[in-house]
Amino acid sequence: MAARTDTPLVEMRDVSVAFGGVKAVDHVSIDLYPGEVVGLLGHNGAGKSTLIKCLSGANKMDTGEILINGEKVEIHNPRDARRYNIETIYQTLALADNLDAASNLFLGRELITATGLMDDSRMEAETRKVMGRLNANFKKFKSPVKALSGGQRQSVAIARAVYFDARILIMDEPTAALGPEETRMVAELIEELKAQGIGIFLIEHDIHSVMDLCDRASVMKNGKLVGTVNVADVTDEDILGMIILGKTPAPAS
Amino acid sequence: MATDSASDGPAARKTILKTLEFDTRLLGMIGAFVVVCLVFNVLTDGRFLTPRNIFNLTIQTVSVAIMATGMVFVIVTRHIDLSVGSLLATCSAMMAITQTQFLPALGLDFGNPLIAPIAIIVGLATGALIGALHGWLIGYLSIPAFIVTLGGLLVWRNVAWYLTSGQTIGPLDDTFQLLGGIGGTVGTTGSWIIGLLAVAAAFIAIVQARRAKIRHEFPVKPLWAEGALMAVSAALIFGFVATLNAYEIPVRVLRRSFEARGETMPQGFTEAYGVPFSVLLLIAVAVVMTLVARRTRLGRYIFATGGNPDAAELSGINTRLLTVKVFTLMGVLCALAALVASARLSFHSNDIGTLDELRVIAAAVIGGTALAGGIGTIYGAILGALIMQSLQSGMAMVGVDAPFQNIVVGSVLVIAVLVDIIYRKRTGEL
Repeated sequence: MAARTDTPLVEMRDVSVAFGGVKAVDHVSIDLYPGEVVGLLGHNGAGKSTLIKCLSGANKMDTGEILINGEKVEIHNPRDARRYNIETIYQTLALADNLDAASNLFLGRELITATGLMDDSRMEAETRKVMGRLNANFKKFKSPVKALSGGQRQSVAIARAVYFDARILIMDEPTAALGPEETRMVAELIEELKAQGIGIFLIEHDIHSVMDLCDRASVMKNGKLVGTVNVADVTDEDILGMIILGKTPAPAS
Repeated sequence: MATDSASDGPAARKTILKTLEFDTRLLGMIGAFVVVCLVFNVLTDGRFLTPRNIFNLTIQTVSVAIMATGMVFVIVTRHIDLSVGSLLATCSAMMAITQTQFLPALGLDFGNPLIAPIAIIVGLATGALIGALHGWLIGYLSIPAFIVTLGGLLVWRNVAWYLTSGQTIGPLDDTFQLLGGIGGTVGTTGSWIIGLLAVAAAFIAIVQARRAKIRHEFPVKPLWAEGALMAVSAALIFGFVATLNAYEIPVRVLRRSFEARGETMPQGFTEAYGVPFSVLLLIAVAVVMTLVARRTRLGRYIFATGGNPDAAELSGINTRLLTVKVFTLMGVLCALAALVASARLSFHSNDIGTLDELRVIAAAVIGGTALAGGIGTIYGAILGALIMQSLQSGMAMVGVDAPFQNIVVGSVLVIAVLVDIIYRKRTGEL
């Protein structure tokens, strides 16, 4: 965390989003450095999902700008986001339930043969490789993902994000639907990805996960940014205070 | 992991069907079709399963079956198209007036070889344009497909009426009529050649699928199972060709054609129809549409969007443009169906394609396309069309009164969907 002088991987400056008359996100600025996990916290409706969807291309921002490696970029849709190696694991997982794991993993980025047709066997082979790394117990390669357990579906969604060399990863409550074993697996994966220099935005409700996994935490309340703190410098009580009361702890940056 | 078998359950019992990797749903539909045929064959004292009736059944099914393949994509993407019958009428009207009025006015006389291709291109363009318009209204302006195509049902039926002033237009160009069915067949030798090519293609497909699996070290079926699959497909293809080749051209028709050429027919001369061009067209459509559904990105996006529109959108799929593509394809298929339907009649009539929208939707749904989206097969829709047509003409042959015919067809539709729902619940697909 010493490298605070270099350019951030992602910088979202002064972002505002309004739905009708409601300001869902109100002039919020956050940033993310390579190899860092930044937690985004706040109550339901605090605006964290709306804010992060501007980065993943699912929402449009009304004002503000996004910089990647210090350069201003335009992200209008999920395809733009993918072009900047931004990958998102949505809370809903965003899987097509009627398709199998390989079809979901490569959805929108199918491998094709020289004839222009999809190369299904190569996609399945690649899926077997990446799933073997992420979740060695995964065997249901031929079933539609609706036949899979919550944890297996989660592995497919995670595999999709990490397979395509993500540099910026957005995880929206990745462990919400998981058992303890699978939660541990996700935590290990986050550590591994961090070590590879990937920057991760983690939207999380569980304060213990935040304390364990995040380097910094940005807290939002009613669409506004309460503050950003170094997790090592504060206690979980401090962060809860920020979430509930919107109060910045005294020594925070 | 490569040693793990393709079966999903940890201790899945390997039945013969499982080893063959046959689709049990397909088998069920074929079973239902066979039962329908056998029952009618008994009721008609063996007149139902004659080469002649099978020939007629096949050519009567083509028009609806062609549209049903497109309806699968429409329903899979959670839309509906109520306008296909009317769209067929407009395309048919455009093709009819092109060949009988526009082109002759431009100096292309009757019998000119350019008439049929130009008329067909005009028809296909009409279908594509109207389909694209529907798709744009649905995808980009977010009007529900039900409303857009309900409007289309009225609009295009009456555009066709207006274009032709409600008149029957005919006779159509001779080359054009070749695609109607009995008026254009490839003959016995040609049919056997096509049968051989089809069997060869099936063998190559099976071998290539196996090679691709071996290359990626996936589990493969035992060799005897592949062999059995090849034998079954060869038997089906040759059986179909043999049946159509067994339908001989009536002697009086032959004698007339010899007289027309100024010759006398040799004693004992016989000739059979063989495979009609319209059936070849349907087979071509089925192969292309199956390829699109399974092996192209377009097909993958159609099924992904049907399964979860939000996920498709978030995966970077342009679902609005996809809607335009799906309805454009539907329009083109309506034009092809219009070509076959009007060529079979040898003229364009004002009521052509009336109620076809219901037959087409019924065929797709009987064939296992789920209205909730995401599920459907091309072969299912074609089988569905064949089952509907068999019921209809079987009852007509038995002499069932017209109202009862429709009552039965309507009930079969509802029961077929019920059976499908029960099947999916049992297999955990739903």
